[in-house]
Amino acid sequence: MKSYRTHIMLCAGTGCVSNGSFKVKDALEREIQKHGLQDEVGVVMTGCNGFCAQGPVAVIKPDEIFYQFLSVDDIPHLVEEHFLKGRPVEKLMYIPPSEKAPVPKMGDIGFFGKQRLIALRNRGMIDPEVIDEYIARGGYSALVKALTKMKPRQVIEEIKQSGLRGRGGAGFPTGRKWELVAAAKGDKKYLVCNADEGDPGAFMDRSIIESDPHSILEGMVIGARATGASHGYVYIRHEYPLAHKRLIKAIAQAREYGLLGKDILGEGLDFDISIQQGAGAFVCGEETSLIASLQGDAPEPRVRPPFPAEHGVWGAPTNINNVETWANVPEIINKGAKWFAGIGTETSKGTKVFSVVGKVENTGLVEVPMGITLKEIVFDIGGGIPKGKKFKAVQTGGPSGGCIPASLLDLPIDYEKLAEVGSIMGSGGLIVMDEDTCMVDVARYFLEFLKDESCGKCTACREGIDVMHGILERICQGNGKEGDIEMLQELSEAVKDSSLCALGGTAPNPVLSTIQYFRDEYESHIKEKKCPAGVCKALITYTIDPEACKGCRLCAKNCPQDAITGEAKEPHIIDQDKCIKCGVCFDACKFDAVLVK
Amino acid sequence: MSKIKPQDLEKIRVRMARTMSLRDGDAQAKITVHMGTCGIAAGARKIMSALLAIVEEKDTKDIVVTTSGCAGLCSREPMMTVELKGQAPVKYIELDEEKTKKIFSDHVLSGKVVKEYALAIGSERVG
Repeated sequence: MKSYRTHIMLCAGTGCVSNGSFKVKDALEREIQKHGLQDEVGVVMTGCNGFCAQGPVAVIKPDEIFYQFLSVDDIPHLVEEHFLKGRPVEKLMYIPPSEKAPVPKMGDIGFFGKQRLIALRNRGMIDPEVIDEYIARGGYSALVKALTKMKPRQVIEEIKQSGLRGRGGAGFPTGRKWELVAAAKGDKKYLVCNADEGDPGAFMDRSIIESDPHSILEGMVIGARATGASHGYVYIRHEYPLAHKRLIKAIAQAREYGLLGKDILGEGLDFDISIQQGAGAFVCGEETSLIASLQGDAPEPRVRPPFPAEHGVWGAPTNINNVETWANVPEIINKGAKWFAGIGTETSKGTKVFSVVGKVENTGLVEVPMGITLKEIVFDIGGGIPKGKKFKAVQTGGPSGGCIPASLLDLPIDYEKLAEVGSIMGSGGLIVMDEDTCMVDVARYFLEFLKDESCGKCTACREGIDVMHGILERICQGNGKEGDIEMLQELSEAVKDSSLCALGGTAPNPVLSTIQYFRDEYESHIKEKKCPAGVCKALITYTIDPEACKGCRLCAKNCPQDAITGEAKEPHIIDQDKCIKCGVCFDACKFDAVLVK
Repeated sequence: MSKIKPQDLEKIRVRMARTMSLRDGDAQAKITVHMGTCGIAAGARKIMSALLAIVEEKDTKDIVVTTSGCAGLCSREPMMTVELKGQAPVKYIELDEEKTKKIFSDHVLSGKVVKEYALAIGSERVG
């Protein structure tokens, strides 16, 4: 590699790529060439930087300057000013909400400052497609340690002592799982990396693979050393083309170096990894469904026991861990169980990666120590709620997680604490909701998703979620009746109790938690036929405040139904019979004269 | 590429060290070439090229070469600032390629400030 004086670490995670980072790359290289700087300034395409809301983003090394919202048009100025003349360009820097001065350095930006990177240790620091860069940052040294200095038993013990728990959602102790597979009888054993991230709005696993695919491969080879497995599968959904591509490349590089295949590192271990693509069904996140899909069967869960540790892929003992869990393994082996166990809370050790989305300023991917409060994530890292709106709730754990209200914002995040308040850790989706969110509508939305994703094997899940969704739909349309809330609660218990897998087992969470914390909203829908947040169309009316209306005609021009009448400079009126409640007038009005009730 | 042994990982690390130290930001020495319009007009690009050539030739691992804008003393350009880890920055003035080489070998590599080319030690107070 050439010895550049500056590296432009340009984000090539899916978020930034869809915002045009490869076009920015071409423009950068063109301008760098134009100024004759091609031997001094190198462009490095990295995995997801995490600050997806500001993409495409780039970090300039060694100056540590953070640039955001890069477009092709900015590049000539940027290259001339920063890379030729050494003057960082302020207008491309991050300005915190409600402040005026830009923050040049990445480490000074609140979004990054509170994060602690273990699973994402190499994000933005390496080109994920170059194995040597992973090795240069200490990559594969944990594997050497596990192969040359540790017995399989010691590797398992180290993982057990670290307190690492499954990051896919259930939180089962990883070392214990490994121990079961190591002890199981069978001539052939398998490892699986579960990369079937199915939660809407969650992209932790995708980003880890995109930014550091070798960390997963290394974790799996260490797992093979510990459990005696001879083959591994990465089960990845078809919707993740970039992660898939980088994984293929990483596996090929690892095989060339002899880090996968026969006699790994000359130390006598045989282990290889292949990739299996899934069609993107939510239920495949469940272990036994995943195994069925991997074998080409319909993805339906089955009764456990026997657990996959005894009877998994092709009937052989199988250990399944999530992407993030595997990515943690090399760091634990390198730095030791004690170090890892020193981070986090009593029951939940280490860090957790969250994808923070919804009504929050800084949407993106964050890795934080367990025990951090929801408030710190939403306000310090997330930058709070946009447009000065009030915080209402945060949903953790994806579609089958619970909604946690403002009164519990000081809750420290760990597996048990989240369960206590009726939610789950899940794989790490975190959806922030503001005052304009209707909680009944939210519950309806998630049940609609779960209704579609239920595989249909268990009656309670297949029929129960459908009936619950029907009730919620009715409530949102203004046809709720006395007893609906109680019926929802009763059905929830039935679905939870009589479903084989976690899909049905957790599906009622959004309903139960919204009833628990926002019962008043359900009651206004049912009794007063009102939607307090102004979301459910059947329950709201748009009117124009004659005092505030200036008669500018903007709403009338935009109305697709021609439902608004009135002379110029005179207050306008909405014809309720024509109005379809699309909200265009509300958005168009510059004087806040359109009211929603 | 052929199959590697445990000790080969270390060789890869050594080979990649310069590339990676640039990103870690904990280099032993940082050389800043002032590249304002004045600096460029006075020949700062030549100084930059010379520096990069020396870095390449000596195969140094943890030296960062970077640019910044005009240092405010346009009449004494080309200028550069040398900053060794834990030491005050030193500004050098009216540079040419020969002077740059000497500063590199005496100051950057051996820690001895080349007084005859130096303007001052330290920087302005910021803020």
